[in-house]
Amino acid sequence: MISLAGRDILHAWGKFVLTSVGLGRLIGVTLTMAGVYRGMVDDARVLLDNSGADFWVVQQDTLGPYAESSSLYDDLYRGILSMAGVARAANVTYLTMQVRRGEGDVRAMVVGVVPGGPGEPGQPGYLVAGRHITRSHYEAVADAATGLKIGEQIKIRRNQYTVVGLTRRMVSSNGDPMVFIPLKDAQEAQFLKDNDTIVQQRRRTAANPAFNRPGVPDLLEAVIASQSANPYVNAVLVQIKPGYAPEEVAGSIRRWQRLQVYTRAQMEKILVGKLIATSARQNGMFLVILAMVSAAVVAFIIYTLTMGKIREIAVLKLIGTRNRTIAAMILQQAVGLGVIGFVVGKIVATFWAPFFPKYVLLEPGDAARGFGAVVVICILASVLAIRTALKVDPAEAIGG
Amino acid sequence: MKRLPNNRTLALVGVLIPLFALFIYVALRSGPLAVTAVENRALSPALFGIGTVETRYTYKIGPTVAGRIKTVNVHVGDTIAAGQLLGEMDPVDLDDRIKAQQATLRQKEADLLAAEAGIREATARQTYAAAQAHRYEQLLSTHAVSEESVEARQQERQVTEASLAASLANRDAGQQELAGIRAELAGLREQRANLRLVAPVDGLLVARHADPGTTMVAGQAVVEMIDPASLWINVRFDQLRADGLRPGLPARIVLRSRAGQQLAGQVLRVEPLADAVTEETLAKVIFTDLPQSLPPLGELAEVTLSLAELPPAPALPNAALHRVNGQLGVWLIPDHTPRFAPVKTGAADLDGLVQILDGVQTGEPVVLYSQRALKAGSRIKIVHRLPGVAP
Repeated sequence: MISLAGRDILHAWGKFVLTSVGLGRLIGVTLTMAGVYRGMVDDARVLLDNSGADFWVVQQDTLGPYAESSSLYDDLYRGILSMAGVARAANVTYLTMQVRRGEGDVRAMVVGVVPGGPGEPGQPGYLVAGRHITRSHYEAVADAATGLKIGEQIKIRRNQYTVVGLTRRMVSSNGDPMVFIPLKDAQEAQFLKDNDTIVQQRRRTAANPAFNRPGVPDLLEAVIASQSANPYVNAVLVQIKPGYAPEEVAGSIRRWQRLQVYTRAQMEKILVGKLIATSARQNGMFLVILAMVSAAVVAFIIYTLTMGKIREIAVLKLIGTRNRTIAAMILQQAVGLGVIGFVVGKIVATFWAPFFPKYVLLEPGDAARGFGAVVVICILASVLAIRTALKVDPAEAIGG
Repeated sequence: MKRLPNNRTLALVGVLIPLFALFIYVALRSGPLAVTAVENRALSPALFGIGTVETRYTYKIGPTVAGRIKTVNVHVGDTIAAGQLLGEMDPVDLDDRIKAQQATLRQKEADLLAAEAGIREATARQTYAAAQAHRYEQLLSTHAVSEESVEARQQERQVTEASLAASLANRDAGQQELAGIRAELAGLREQRANLRLVAPVDGLLVARHADPGTTMVAGQAVVEMIDPASLWINVRFDQLRADGLRPGLPARIVLRSRAGQQLAGQVLRVEPLADAVTEETLAKVIFTDLPQSLPPLGELAEVTLSLAELPPAPALPNAALHRVNGQLGVWLIPDHTPRFAPVKTGAADLDGLVQILDGVQTGEPVVLYSQRALKAGSRIKIVHRLPGVAP
């Protein structure tokens, strides 16, 4: 049996392939849009994965440290370490800021980690170049997305840091690349005012008669010293010992240390459900519209293709071809168009995804669902064309 | 008729096959990773800390009693010699009190002279009265005078004797009084001298806290001076990385204002008291040769201490170490599939090398860099350098 659809495609294969490629780009955009959403969720997940924590200890009644600001005394971790079931606990600070780099700057999330060594909570996991931080000051490990190179100098507040290592996919929930620096420097960076402000603050304190009392000469110095210290961190990352239930350990910290504790699942819920919820819905809305537009375009293309050969279909009807054969031809063409379009779309999406400033995650599952959707849309779209084709009057083949 | 469609079919297949090949490549890419081998290396561990320039000796000079400053003769930056007058406190009425004491002293000296004259007078009277009494006693034996007149002479003698004793006592009292007043005057002069602010040693004036006219409480410093030869750096080492810190270690000092210029020094002492709040161990590092131009006190300095070089042992870059299920280890790649092997680590240096005591053999290839987290059995591709990473 001759494949009518195949013959027709071969008849004008250039046009067919070009149309598929055009459609493919549209599908590529739709897949990318889904990838952008997945990337957003993935950014939130890698943020949690990369912190290497089983749970997060934050200030009471806050959703910190990512969704809300949280501030804890930096010696609280000692108490947490002594709780049963806690294997490791480490302070961490997060601060999103512009990191000065030569003349320009780069947006990054500065993470202050205890330079305890590889595998400690909060430490960057897999590097792609260089080494981990070994000095307790003035070294940085940056994400490759910042564009920084090993050995480069960056400036955070007033201190110069040398980039000693690079990571990949170490990002905040906003997709800002991370820069890891030693905790003490980060505490300072988070708190340190510019020099003018410090001088003004000293002057202001000195002008306050409550702090600058003639009878107590050292009081002013003591007050100023206490004003320029920062014993706070944003969270304590905790890893638990094997064999302990996370919820149990978290419960005892909540109860006895009077702090808020989030387990991995709760934190993911906060990040995905609250922090990126609005932008994710925005994205989803866009995806829905794009899918609808794509479906309309597919339907329109197939309809136009069918209309273009209406005369040939009339001839086919005239020579007594069965309706089923004509319908199958249009359907096969539509599905063929969809399949090639999907393949092109998947390829272009994969190739342009890395050029997006934020992470685009193309999941195989999404691709499979996308494929199903494309086929369904093509079938639905061909229905309209089939209806028109079947209604055509065989007389048109010799008329007009 | 048959050839034309065949050509077209070939062309279509020619387009579609690369397309699908590309699709399969795109769908099934594997993660690239770079490897390194465990090597025998001689590690030279080092410690890194930051500190501030301070001095061993700081002298805060001020009044011992509350008062107002009269003069301050020196300014910040002046070189001071031991014993130099730096300033003076306002004596208020102290000078007048000294004058009054001096006048009293002179008066008491005059009184003492008068008392001594009184003694001489009493002595003369007593000598005469004694002679008269003796004479009358002899006349009585010849009955030339009456007994009554003899008794009168004897009484006179007793009176003059008493008078002499009184004069002597008077002089003693005057002498005591004079000694008391002299001591009081000396005390006042001491107090006066105490109002002079004098440099205890040779040194450099670093702060002038108050100017003439300012009222100071007891113990508050008017000026501060240091001994510039006693400059040292108070260095803080993170307790996590302070193993091996001991006196005598050679140090490389980089002052914040002179980045790129390394100064030699050594650890003078490790403080027995660590900072419990900041979790740092403190040490004092001195310069081998004091810099020509002194760094300002309080300047930040980075200090690197070199520990003794260790004998060659298997070592790995710290980027190769990972913690999986609570165990520290490395990813080995036997047969191109990653396998996690727990290791025991030893000393580490500042360049990121870590000694491997146990767990892997020398020469065994180990995953160093990876774009994504590894799992046992993940698909991998070994590359020399990861894509997108500048050397």
